[in-house]
Amino acid sequence: MLDTSIRADFPILARKEHGHRLVYLDNAATTQKPRQVLDAILNYYSTSNANVHRGAYGLAVAATEAYEGARGVIARFVNAWAVEGVVFTRGTTEGINLVAGSWGRANVKAGDTVVVTAMDHHSNLVPWQMLCAEQGATLRMVEVTADGRIDLLDFGRALEARPRLVAFPYVSNSLGTVNPAAELTRLAHAAGAVVVVDGAQATPHLRVDVQALGCDFYALSGHKMLGPMGSGALIAKPALLEAMPPYHGGGEMIERVWDDHSTWNQIPHKFEGGTPNVEGAVGLAAAVAYLERIGMDKIAEHEQTLARQAIERLSQIEGVTIYGPKDHRAGVVPFTYGDIHPHDLATILDRDGVCIRAGHHCTQPLMRRLGVPATARASFYVYNGVDDIDALVAAVRKAGELFGVVTA
Amino acid sequence: MSDLGDLYQQTILDHNRNPRNFRRLEKANRTAEGHNPNCGDRIKVFVQLAGDTINDIGFQMPDGAGCAISKASASLMTTAVKGKPVAEAETLFQAFRDMLSGGPIAPGKLAAFGGVRAFPARVKCANLAWHALHAALRNESDPVTTESARDF
Repeated sequence: MLDTSIRADFPILARKEHGHRLVYLDNAATTQKPRQVLDAILNYYSTSNANVHRGAYGLAVAATEAYEGARGVIARFVNAWAVEGVVFTRGTTEGINLVAGSWGRANVKAGDTVVVTAMDHHSNLVPWQMLCAEQGATLRMVEVTADGRIDLLDFGRALEARPRLVAFPYVSNSLGTVNPAAELTRLAHAAGAVVVVDGAQATPHLRVDVQALGCDFYALSGHKMLGPMGSGALIAKPALLEAMPPYHGGGEMIERVWDDHSTWNQIPHKFEGGTPNVEGAVGLAAAVAYLERIGMDKIAEHEQTLARQAIERLSQIEGVTIYGPKDHRAGVVPFTYGDIHPHDLATILDRDGVCIRAGHHCTQPLMRRLGVPATARASFYVYNGVDDIDALVAAVRKAGELFGVVTA
Repeated sequence: MSDLGDLYQQTILDHNRNPRNFRRLEKANRTAEGHNPNCGDRIKVFVQLAGDTINDIGFQMPDGAGCAISKASASLMTTAVKGKPVAEAETLFQAFRDMLSGGPIAPGKLAAFGGVRAFPARVKCANLAWHALHAALRNESDPVTTESARDF
């Protein structure tokens, strides 16, 4: 397990919440930022700020180097196919919308099928709903098993339609399930589909190697891995990006502009119209450096240990139900407690400084299948420790005392 | 500092555990649905108007559950407006809304929700049922959401 002395790097953790130490357990929603990331952003604006890729002066070169240097850092972190296969985005949502809006519109036609899963976050579902509605294509949702895994039998059945594209999450944000992404990719490819992996919840928590996964597109968010909000990347096979039409028109993404038409810049710039979020890229690169210094394997082990302990101790409370699979899960612990609504639970926990998420977690189709309108969710990261689980469990017990839990 | 006891007062816990008028009203001649998209809570309010009087009222939460605040608020609302003229129900709605936005404490048992003011994230939960009632009384057919309602 990681040492809690790491908390000294995170200024926000000094905040008091209703007189209590801040116990931040909503890391699947967003993560806190270490001083190293904050410093990198401050340093960028203090020393290197100019618009990128166009200035003929030294400062602009420095800004461009900072931005392009960050691209290289991200590429190495996930073992991208090539540096030019890393498109900076505002986050996973934009990455997936880029694939749907560009590759999807060009390649998904009337009568085609797009496959998603019942555990996909709305960001890996709604763009495909929109695309299918626009193109007259069919959206096929693969079912989940009772213990919260992708139903491989149903996945196989869905592939019989020879879908154009298959999208799934590497790690489920609602259940913590770590899906067999390489295997799912192999099966989808065998059926002739292009594969999109939602990496929002996996990239922060385990060692990601997109070439080993073998997928075609992989989207990630910076803010879920200690980086700034509004930062992220779409990792793609360069040949696919080359063949795709642009997503956003504007400056930077063009080669030459005529009165009535234009030609496009090289990848990845073809997909980065407008002044980019250089501060976000620089901050994200600093976050990656921070995570690599700790080591992704250590981080995964740390979170899994915390999740195991949390599950074990919450399960000892009569009336608590834990959702998700027994094994192959990341540091996400979804639960309900008797008939206490998760929002009431979150309000009560907040009074003890414990921040958890309550609700549908942007996975409404999954919630319907679980048969609950909402769950409470504790999710861990590098700065969490056993003392956070102590606080969580004590606050959950307190909620039970206040409400007088009736177990089903 | 506000205490959890101020939010979850005994009246609220009681109405959450034993909601009053928690039923579909077969003879309803006005219904409306309220939805809080932030949390997914849904409520359906059934009203039987006789002339200008709320003769009977009931509510359901179609997804099977709502939080304690939204459920207890709906329950207390039904007891507060049952048998009252429509104009009086609207006055109570106004008083309740005013209380939640920092105004004076509402009359009677509705005062139990005064503590919600210290929990801004939960104000919408308390208001949900009242917005549905308001829509039902005005015979609005579209579901109201806590986002479209102007006074939040």
